[in-house]
Amino acid sequence: MSHLLEVQDLEVKFALRFGDITAIDGVSFTLDKGEKLGLVGESGAGKSVTGFSIINLLSKPGYISRGKIWFEKNEISSYSDAQMRKIRGDRISMIFQDPMMTLNPVFTIGFQMVETIQAHRKISKAGAQKIALEKLKKVHIPSPEQRLGQYPHELSGGMRQRIIIAISLLTDPAIIIADEPTTALDVTIQAEIMDLLQELCETDNMALILITHDLGVVSQVTEKIAVMYAGKIIEYGSTDQVVKHPVHPYTEGLIKSIPGTVIKPGEDLVQIPGMMPTLTNIPPGCAFNPRCYLKDDICMTKTPELKDAGNSVLAACHMK
Amino acid sequence: MNEDNTILSINNVVKHFDISGGFLDQLRFKKGKIYLEKTTVKAVNDVSLFIKKGETLSVVGESGCGKSTLARVVLGLYPPNSGEVYYSGKRIDNLNHEQMLPFRKKMQMIFQDPYASLNPRKTVQQTLEEPLRFHHPEMSTSEINDKIDKVMEQVGVDQAWIKRYPHEFSGGQRQRISIARGLILDPEFIVADEPVSALDVSIQAQILNLLMKAGRERDLTYLFITHDLSVVRHISTRVAVMYLGTLCELAKAEDLFAKPQHPYTKALLSAIPVVGEKRAKHIKLKGEVPTPVNLPSGCVFHGRCVYANNRCVQEIPVLLTLDNGTRVACHAVEENRIKS
Repeated sequence: MSHLLEVQDLEVKFALRFGDITAIDGVSFTLDKGEKLGLVGESGAGKSVTGFSIINLLSKPGYISRGKIWFEKNEISSYSDAQMRKIRGDRISMIFQDPMMTLNPVFTIGFQMVETIQAHRKISKAGAQKIALEKLKKVHIPSPEQRLGQYPHELSGGMRQRIIIAISLLTDPAIIIADEPTTALDVTIQAEIMDLLQELCETDNMALILITHDLGVVSQVTEKIAVMYAGKIIEYGSTDQVVKHPVHPYTEGLIKSIPGTVIKPGEDLVQIPGMMPTLTNIPPGCAFNPRCYLKDDICMTKTPELKDAGNSVLAACHMK
Repeated sequence: MNEDNTILSINNVVKHFDISGGFLDQLRFKKGKIYLEKTTVKAVNDVSLFIKKGETLSVVGESGCGKSTLARVVLGLYPPNSGEVYYSGKRIDNLNHEQMLPFRKKMQMIFQDPYASLNPRKTVQQTLEEPLRFHHPEMSTSEINDKIDKVMEQVGVDQAWIKRYPHEFSGGQRQRISIARGLILDPEFIVADEPVSALDVSIQAQILNLLMKAGRERDLTYLFITHDLSVVRHISTRVAVMYLGTLCELAKAEDLFAKPQHPYTKALLSAIPVVGEKRAKHIKLKGEVPTPVNLPSGCVFHGRCVYANNRCVQEIPVLLTLDNGTRVACHAVEENRIKS
């Protein structure tokens, strides 16, 4: 195990009244120190559940039914809650989508930051405040001393997201999992937050898992990409390669359907017909077959495995 | 302003919202005196523009810039505080409910969230027939059903689903149904307020294609409100950029994307992530968007603009027309202070 994080054949199920449904089906990937990985897909593809299951944030009825997760040579998927607390929010932190929902509205920024440090480290309040201040400076917040005494509602959305990033940095994590960190923000602020995340990864050699539906953001920030569809990774490889020469018909369709990539203004966009199946209703064979323009008989019966598609890209498609 | 085949024009529209609340909320105590103070959100300030028949005008800007308020003022959903709205040469902002009815038929709106804009207790049939029954009481049931079938086919919703309720549909299909509702009265002019931002990318392409197809087939004019600049580039004839309730640039889509003039437009365009390109240096803006309650003096953008000088702080810039027809409100552009 030379990787910082290794996810092996992960399967996550949700136990519902009418039986279990599979949200994640055999997902494997690795992450090295300082590496930036993008998890992309549409709503319901399983990208957030993948992020949650790494630090065991799955709430009932969700559970990991198969597979292993290794972090720094330890198998963390078998950790107890007490052991997991030493990793979660400490060595691996998570940033969520909505910066208003993540911060507690009734406590000051300073209180929330000190609380986080003291939950993980034996340190005095003054010492914790010093660390908090240092991290606020690191995320380029103007007048950081003053921010410590402010409440979340006094800050703008972009500023709140910076605070959350600062909180996630308090314990100097090895990995940050960012779940749609800029979806609720405007483009100019999105660009600033992405710059910041990139800068932090470079200066602190931190690894990043960026969960998003925005291929534009992923292609600018990450080195590696995993495209998910209906609970599976269907294409996995270097971001440059996948974005410029997609192998899987779904990745190809996804890229072409973004205005401004291949189609001239005013012309019809390339569209993928239909929509992603719901998890209770995944078609047999390749889950993408009802929407695919390349499909053949084998796609209807046999589920494709991820295989080498050249240029160190893996793709799950029978036709390639 | 009123040129030939102008379908809609708005002149100097101002829309402020009073958010001061009740009497006690308005009380202020300063220098030993108690007095009342009103708080207003200055959502749209002195905006003028026109839309020609058959074109798609997009209004872009970040949250809180007043683009949705502008759309609602155009449709008469909000009365403007001052300024005029003309539709086909007739002033419509001062009409009463009855006088407005013929215009309501011609102007329709498509909303952002297809989960909120369809009545959950009405079937597709009921949703689609309601506008027809209201505006065309003379139509027979079979005529209405024919019309509904035709529109549903056009927007790509299976006619067998006509008895279903909105919760039985996915987001993309719901948006198709709201588009069908917008088209059922054969309008000339459609205001689409962020019609694709709640949808996934692959579904977004389907809906954009549908809107463009409907536009071609029915010779529609669109006022398109969105924050997604790649969508704007794809569908628009002309683009209006708004910042804090003010129009800062209005240009043909290709001119705007090739040669943005206003410093804010430049910053906005440089921030779009492009698929397959590593991050180029985007233009960083100073500070944060001020609140529309306390607008900055002079040019509303001056606090964040690298080109701002004394004049920008004091004097509100007016829209000036450049050689290529681009209209831009910026002292720095006027004085040729921007180098690039």
